[in-house]
Amino acid sequence: MSAATRPAEPAATRTLTLVQAVQDALAVALEQDERVMVFGEDVGMGGVFRATDGLQARFGEGRVFDTPLSEAGIVGMGIGLALAGERPVAELQFAGFLYPALEQMAVQLGRYRHRSQGRYTVPMVIRAPYGGGIHSPELHSESPEGLVAALPGLKVAIPSTPADAKGLLLAAIEDPDPVVLFESIKLYRSVRGEVPSGRHIVPLGQARVARPGQHCTVLCYGGMVEVCLAAAEAASAAGVEAEVIDLRSLVPLDLATIGESVERTGRVVIVHEAARRMGFGAELAALIAERHLTSLHAPIVRVAGWDAPYPPFTSEEALYRPDARRVALAVRQVMQY
Amino acid sequence: MTTPTPASTEPADPRLAGTFSLLAPDGTPRRPELLPLGPEVLRLYRQMRRARLFDDRALVLQRQGRLGVYPLFGGMEATQVGAVLALDTARDWLAPTYRGTGCALAYGLPMHKVILSWRAHPDGFRMDPQQRLLPFYVPIGNQLPHAAGIALAERRRAEREGHDASVVLAFVGDGGTSEGDFHVGLNFAGVYRAPAVFVIENNGWAISTPTSRQTAAATLASRGEGYGMPAVRVDGNDLLAVHHVTAEAVARARAGEGPTLIECVTYRVMPHTSSDDPARYRDEAEGELWRTVLAPARRLRAYLDRAGLWDDEQEQALAAEVEQELRDALVQADAAPGLEPWQILDHVYAEPTPDLLEQQAELRALYPQRGAGQ
Repeated sequence: MSAATRPAEPAATRTLTLVQAVQDALAVALEQDERVMVFGEDVGMGGVFRATDGLQARFGEGRVFDTPLSEAGIVGMGIGLALAGERPVAELQFAGFLYPALEQMAVQLGRYRHRSQGRYTVPMVIRAPYGGGIHSPELHSESPEGLVAALPGLKVAIPSTPADAKGLLLAAIEDPDPVVLFESIKLYRSVRGEVPSGRHIVPLGQARVARPGQHCTVLCYGGMVEVCLAAAEAASAAGVEAEVIDLRSLVPLDLATIGESVERTGRVVIVHEAARRMGFGAELAALIAERHLTSLHAPIVRVAGWDAPYPPFTSEEALYRPDARRVALAVRQVMQY
Repeated sequence: MTTPTPASTEPADPRLAGTFSLLAPDGTPRRPELLPLGPEVLRLYRQMRRARLFDDRALVLQRQGRLGVYPLFGGMEATQVGAVLALDTARDWLAPTYRGTGCALAYGLPMHKVILSWRAHPDGFRMDPQQRLLPFYVPIGNQLPHAAGIALAERRRAEREGHDASVVLAFVGDGGTSEGDFHVGLNFAGVYRAPAVFVIENNGWAISTPTSRQTAAATLASRGEGYGMPAVRVDGNDLLAVHHVTAEAVARARAGEGPTLIECVTYRVMPHTSSDDPARYRDEAEGELWRTVLAPARRLRAYLDRAGLWDDEQEQALAAEVEQELRDALVQADAAPGLEPWQILDHVYAEPTPDLLEQQAELRALYPQRGAGQ
């Protein structure tokens, strides 16, 4: 069904948490399009984060169902479903459990369209709860978005608000290409916001200025947006107005919004939870250096996880995951030039 | 031919012990009541010969520089063609391995497309939208979870629309059974009772590694039980036996009775690819048995001769017909236009992202004069 034939968007909104917004999006998609199928480990009873709560009861076991415990199977089977014309929406229980599926993602998911020169397409969505901040065991706080964003043919989106969680997920489901959505575990229940009812779309590839400012640009996404907003608040008290840009989508990337801001401020801080080395921040820094070097007044600074595995020891989590203090220090650093 | 003799109970090669077969290697019917009628046998035989004649010529073409690296399937043509011809190619899916050229030819991929595929030309992989043929691809076993997913989608569609299901036929080699995706694919298909048929082409060797190094199990078919599906071991060089068993499995799948695992015991009498030298790792006396006594065409030809359905003249006419088809296909393949450099970025996404458009502009600036051509 094309966008033009869809009913107009209802204006009503509801106040939801981010995980409730995800559930709302899935319900809308299941309602609108009979090809949509939702599956993964334990999603039948609602999933470990309750993102799929009530969906099996409402839409049946044929459309919302549990899989054997195999991430490679979840992604591999989803590819087959998509090849045969369904609209699979798979849940990986934690992004840290994505690694067994990485082969299917790297050598199949993003390649079918290109390999077959358009004959086959894989309009599949993978949802993966990611990131730290909830004192979880090892491999439950990973941020592998950079690994996935490095794979041609895949799209990657990461919401930071309930409205975006719904809008990006529905955009992903309607997208003709495979999309991986990383949902911050930390934000699932810690943020609430107004979410439009019915079909609400946030197009992939459009960044959001979460806080305007003229002195420096802070680029972030997902669970880091609230951290960066807190840092910007602190900087503001010291007279520095930091512009916080929530990228929302890493692939495609909104280079226009980033470029406009960087040209204006000349100072850039990039923040993510994944380890710094070869993280998505490296890509952003390179793109900005290539395009806007003459506008820069200071070296680009990255605030990221350290180049160590995400700590399995909760006592060290606060050292690893960037917090507002580290972001504020980086803002001060770029302002000192 | 000599007068029919009762089939020996001792298999010519111990690997064949306990396999299902319809014809003894000398062409003697073992299960006359299950043999298809004359015209059907001839259809199967002609397709099998066509596939093998292509394979033999493909090696020559590679040596002439007219094909890229080519994975030979010679010796396995009864397995590939016998199984694929059990499909309704107007509605069923085929997931071949990279060694599945014989499968694709039997399924109906035009010969010039096959040639383009092994030239790594994009047109070779741009299948007819009506054909439900997955591309040859290199990663081992990845296609089995896809087959399970496609089959699940087909089962759901069949239930929704109230008809029987389209079936997916997926191949894997004996080496491929060691990959995780083999187990994942069969497990998912079993759990969802998906209309899929899995064929293991057990050709004895994964490049230089024998099957005994892939598994400690006595047979690969025994794995079917672990995934809750029936499994059959077949003499993979017996075209009619492979066809019979696969047709039964396809019928089961179509009727909603779930997936089947078929182990075809065969042999790769040729090198792994056009770049491989099997003399370095295996005793060619073993290969000689499969190349002569156990050869797929030999036993069926003996049966057909005895039944008065085929003779040398018809064989020569078939060879000439395939040769002409191949010549025409080469002409057509040679005429396929090359890619413009910037087309390397086409079909990455449905709509190119802004950075891909920039990269296409870069390519246009780098190669402004390059026109169409190979």
